[in-house]
Amino acid sequence: MNTDSEIERAIRENHPALITYLTAGDPSLEETKAYVEALDRGGADLIELGLPFSEPIAEGPTIQAAINRALEAGTTPERFFELVDDLEVEAPLLVMTYYNMILQYGSGAEPRSAERDATEPQNGPDPEPFVERAAETGLAGIIVPDLPAEEAAPLRAACDERGLDLVFIVAPTTNGERLDRIMSQASGFAYVQARLGTTGARADVSSATHDSLARLEEYDVPKAVGFGVSEGEHAREIVEAGADGVIVGSALIDIVAESETPVADLEAKACELKGGAERGANAPEPEQP
Amino acid sequence: MSQGDFEGYGGRHVPEPLLEPLEQLADAYDDVSATDEFQTELRDLLEEFAGRPTPIYYARNLSERYGVDIYLKREDLLHGGAHKINNVLGQGLLAKKAGRERLIAETGAGQHGVATAMVGALLDLETEIYMGKKDVERQEMNVFRMRLMGADVNEVTRGDAGLADAVDAALEDFAENVEDTHYLVGSVVGPDPFPRMVRDFQSVIGEEAREQMKAKTGELPDAAVACVGGGSNAIGLFHAFRDDDVAFYGAEGGGEGTDSKRHAAPLSSGDDEVLHGMKTRVIDEDVEVHSVSAGLDYPGVGPEHAMFDAVGRCEYTGITDDEALAAFRELSETEGIIPALESSHGVARALQLADDGEHDTILVNLSGRGDKDMETAAATFDL
Repeated sequence: MNTDSEIERAIRENHPALITYLTAGDPSLEETKAYVEALDRGGADLIELGLPFSEPIAEGPTIQAAINRALEAGTTPERFFELVDDLEVEAPLLVMTYYNMILQYGSGAEPRSAERDATEPQNGPDPEPFVERAAETGLAGIIVPDLPAEEAAPLRAACDERGLDLVFIVAPTTNGERLDRIMSQASGFAYVQARLGTTGARADVSSATHDSLARLEEYDVPKAVGFGVSEGEHAREIVEAGADGVIVGSALIDIVAESETPVADLEAKACELKGGAERGANAPEPEQP
Repeated sequence: MSQGDFEGYGGRHVPEPLLEPLEQLADAYDDVSATDEFQTELRDLLEEFAGRPTPIYYARNLSERYGVDIYLKREDLLHGGAHKINNVLGQGLLAKKAGRERLIAETGAGQHGVATAMVGALLDLETEIYMGKKDVERQEMNVFRMRLMGADVNEVTRGDAGLADAVDAALEDFAENVEDTHYLVGSVVGPDPFPRMVRDFQSVIGEEAREQMKAKTGELPDAAVACVGGGSNAIGLFHAFRDDDVAFYGAEGGGEGTDSKRHAAPLSSGDDEVLHGMKTRVIDEDVEVHSVSAGLDYPGVGPEHAMFDAVGRCEYTGITDDEALAAFRELSETEGIIPALESSHGVARALQLADDGEHDTILVNLSGRGDKDMETAAATFDL
């Protein structure tokens, strides 16, 4: 397990933390770079970057559309890593992608560089090359929505070796044995999915959030809540309910897709959300729901 | 240890919210399906509602032409016109016993949607079918059938408005409504327990055929042949023979050729990937998924087939569109049986084997009838 977690430190030191998500390459990698810098200025404490995969089964229509735009713009793993390499922001960066992308990177389908490829044997799908490249570019962690804890051992080992965090998602339906199994492998933070279903901005904060946070109380890792967060007021409620951070994705993608001035709007949105989270932290002790 | 492991293929590669429901489904399946009550009720439905057992037919004219004995397992004679009913009855009954109130399914050409609508009506379960808008327009008759039997047909307009988008929409529905909804998967694909559950429900095909071949010929066939899209009819045929000295042949949708950029034959030409919740073989990224038959038009394949291929238990071959159409016509003309275009791939492979002369007795799964393919046939053969 990663004992010196850059991600955990970022959340604890900036408590309550704002974690933002953007799909890399939507609508182009150059624009993503400007957007990430805007979020960083606006107060994001951690930034998730989606590496687009053509079959994103955890995503709602908003992020699916973003992924399609990014794929159409020609976003490949290698160009993604070049973007990360290029970024100079204060917030640690995480990559969010599907397991297939990680395995395919190792199978030689997307060679890292000619000289390395020639000397290394290819032993079928293996997460190690992806993690190695991620570590090289300075990524602090990985989230894989379609990788269950039961199948995670090879990726966990590769992340441990390179000092990366492997973040797991906890759903409203996760409890008992499964919760233990996940939390024994999780590092960085626990990604608490606020409701059933796929990602997407919603109008209210789910009561499932309170239940999930209560179930996670005994585990000593920061808890961040995502799925459906779109406003500063949501962020306040979530932090007031006991979360260490809030995760926002679809609401930012909406800005990317619709705004005439996305850079300014993203910075302002990050500022609003961070402000909301801070109000939640300063509120009196939460009442038990 | 991984769930539903087929020598490293399979597993449950799905988002966290779906894992608990899948575990519950697996538990329910293990508990309920083994009971006498479930088995008796399913057997009665298979006999009285679906029309089992189906016969095996000695294809006398083809056999004479090729000089080997060719037998057809007549799944085309089932209610609904294909083997799909075996699976929907099993899963529908399981959903009912597990207290689910609602069935959802995705469908491409509409065959699986129609089968799901049948079982929804039969078992009085609310049924919603996700279908790409493009498919809704192309397969109007099947949409009418589904609606007539009381199913809601949800037109999916996002993305390319095709099968993959219908899968996305159905998964979203399932993720939000797992508590009262059963996602009725149509083939031996997806996360565990679907591949093994669908296999078990389809295994009735091979179990019957094995007994029928013994009764009719006194021995087992030398070879068993079936088409493979997701691969449920093939697994259903093969499973009862897996420990026998019977050679297995799978006929994939070879499209314009497995070395072309348009086919649906991941075992003939593809790589290990993770897709739709399973680790399996998938066609290469630069290949457009295509087959003349909608039922084989799928980029992946059931994980158990990937395992059979890896361990050498079954030989998989891409049958091109043209080869399948030729077999479609040949069976129609020689035997007076119009096969589904999917099944025609299996027939084509069997005729290749007959030409090779390596096997004396060949059993082919005629998984469905060709009524639905008459427009393609009319256009191709200028009827």
